[in-house]
Amino acid sequence: MSRMLYRVSHLDALEAESVFILREVAAEFERPVLLFSGGKDSIVMLKLAEKAFTPARIPFPVMHVDTGHNFPEVLACRDRRVRELNVRLIVASVQDAIDAEMVREPADGMRNRIQTPVLLDAIGKHRFDALFGGARRDEEKARAKERVFSFRDDFGQWDPRNQRPELWALYNARIDPGESIRVFPLSNWTELDVWHYIAREHIELPSIYFAHDRKVVERDGMLYAINDFLPIRGGETPFVERVRYRTVGDASCTATVRSDADSITKVIDEVAATRITERGATRGDDRVSEASMEDRKREGYF
Amino acid sequence: MMATCQETSPQRPVDLLRFATAGSVDDGKSTLIGRLLYDAKAIFADQLAAVEATSRSRGDDYTNLALLTDGLRAEREQGITIDVAYRYFATPQRKFIVADTPGHVQYTRNMVTGASTADLALILLDARKGVLEQSRRHAFLCSLLRVPHMVLCVNKMDLVDYSQEVFDRVVGDFSAFVAELDVPSLVMIPISALHGDNLVDQSGNMPWYEGPTLLHHLEHVAVASDHNLVDVRFPVQCVIRPQSTSASDYRGYAGQIASGILKAGDEVMVLPSGFTTTIKRIEAGGSEVPEAYPPMSVTIHLTDEIDVGRGDMICRPDGAPIVAHNIEAMICWMDEYRPLKVGARYAIKHTTRSVRAVASDLRYCLNVNTLHRDASAIQLSLNEIGRVRLRTAAPLLADEYRCNRTTGGFIVIDEGTNRTVGAGMIIGLS
Repeated sequence: MSRMLYRVSHLDALEAESVFILREVAAEFERPVLLFSGGKDSIVMLKLAEKAFTPARIPFPVMHVDTGHNFPEVLACRDRRVRELNVRLIVASVQDAIDAEMVREPADGMRNRIQTPVLLDAIGKHRFDALFGGARRDEEKARAKERVFSFRDDFGQWDPRNQRPELWALYNARIDPGESIRVFPLSNWTELDVWHYIAREHIELPSIYFAHDRKVVERDGMLYAINDFLPIRGGETPFVERVRYRTVGDASCTATVRSDADSITKVIDEVAATRITERGATRGDDRVSEASMEDRKREGYF
Repeated sequence: MMATCQETSPQRPVDLLRFATAGSVDDGKSTLIGRLLYDAKAIFADQLAAVEATSRSRGDDYTNLALLTDGLRAEREQGITIDVAYRYFATPQRKFIVADTPGHVQYTRNMVTGASTADLALILLDARKGVLEQSRRHAFLCSLLRVPHMVLCVNKMDLVDYSQEVFDRVVGDFSAFVAELDVPSLVMIPISALHGDNLVDQSGNMPWYEGPTLLHHLEHVAVASDHNLVDVRFPVQCVIRPQSTSASDYRGYAGQIASGILKAGDEVMVLPSGFTTTIKRIEAGGSEVPEAYPPMSVTIHLTDEIDVGRGDMICRPDGAPIVAHNIEAMICWMDEYRPLKVGARYAIKHTTRSVRAVASDLRYCLNVNTLHRDASAIQLSLNEIGRVRLRTAAPLLADEYRCNRTTGGFIVIDEGTNRTVGAGMIIGLS
């Protein structure tokens, strides 16, 4: 018996770990939900959920915390996947929360931070006890510290100094009513792993992840597409550039990157060669302070 | 746009090595990790710029690479590592997951978290200081957790004139301590993290050292062979049963293979019921696969309709795990509020099974530095390790931890606070 035959590739090992995590949650929690934005990480996470339970339907709904600042291509992809898998989609709307005066529109127009109260409100309303997020530890230094099962108190808060020890693959799912666990099945994946997996599994993505021509302005050293949520400011001159989105978040604070990568193979080559992290390249919201992600996570953000 | 891509770049790594690093900041651990990440091009320009800016504003005279892994505000303020940071890099040979663990004794539980999933432990020490209490504690914990491979990096060789004599002395001291432990594979490498000696390239400063460089060792150490392929252990996570008419007779048992190899036609036994049947079919992600082995996540179909549910274990009729109510275990206590006491009740999570248990005896508390056993101990406090006897309300389907890390390990949960308060490694069952 050759031992070489019983090796698994690193992608297969990551997939097996994620599937295990998804099944643990389905088995141990009453009301899980999967956070699904139509971005590449949540699309991969949903694919893994499909694989974990096939041929049965995914045994939990998906939820989109919708800032109202969307890319139409992403919404279309979200809705198509939801239809294909026949899962229930819950939309927690930031616009509705603004209209109901639950949150206030920030002066800078960036709705990233006000997603948190909307998310927490939806958790309370639907009594979700476990929430899958597509966050990866390689994305950001506070995320690099977070457990796969991340405990949140009944205010949705993360206490990074007091995390539950997490040994082997024995995840502690015990909580009291009102508390919840954020679960990150992609914790150990890197941006490149996600792209290799998308290629291997022939996963369909919103077209804005691939190079296209777009009217942009340069702001704080980043390229932002002009759209309804991101108007031109005085002194800015828009120009057309060949770009793609490396991450897809709120359309008012997600920047594009210059790119000719119009296929998955080219994107993989580009990601492998890049010298800048995806959040550093594209997220205005992370630039506020050195610990802005940690602070937002403490408040209940993903 | 459709994904239309066949095989991807030739740079794709072939497999995965998880390793944990241990050692204090002064030993040069952050420099070592920073150096490995830098050489593997896994430090990004914006991360480096952020670290440089922070170092400048704090008035450091050098770029403090520890800031790359010390991601929490409190860690940066205090200049210590509190919790595990996970870092990722890849070479054409392998993908690496690094658990950078804290060295301070008060964060032992976080070090144990990082080491529990590691294939290899990298212990770092300063050539000038030799083997310290901390190095001994790290080596002991890694042997207790049975991390299969250990590497001792004797760092700062540049500060001892790359002396073979110094290296031999440190290695002798460390080997003497490790001889009392159970460490299956130990490699010792003289390095200078600052200058890069023996990290990626063989050092010209130490011609007397003929072993591998650190990266070469990390790339080539055989980890697939650590998997136990003999004893079949398949803890059932859940039952897949579609609620649709088209697949109404579909009934599959989902789980991850802990050890052994399974294929269609194999005779198997289900515990704790003891019923035997054969495997009809194995699927992974919806497709049939000829064989399943660790760490694959699969769905198994059995020939006979028998009662199988979460917490049950599929194994072979010969070489089955022990069905036990009484457990002898080494327990590492991790709760600062309440110590482990004899007579107290806890919840135990073992594979996919959760049971209640009572601590029926504390045999001894172990002094990690001297390995002295204190049989007079009456409790286990935070970060203490002891041998405990537990009686469970329902049986565990278990093996000794030294034979199987998955079916031999468990966590202890305080039912009052829901906190994970202990990590257990089984040494005996009845």
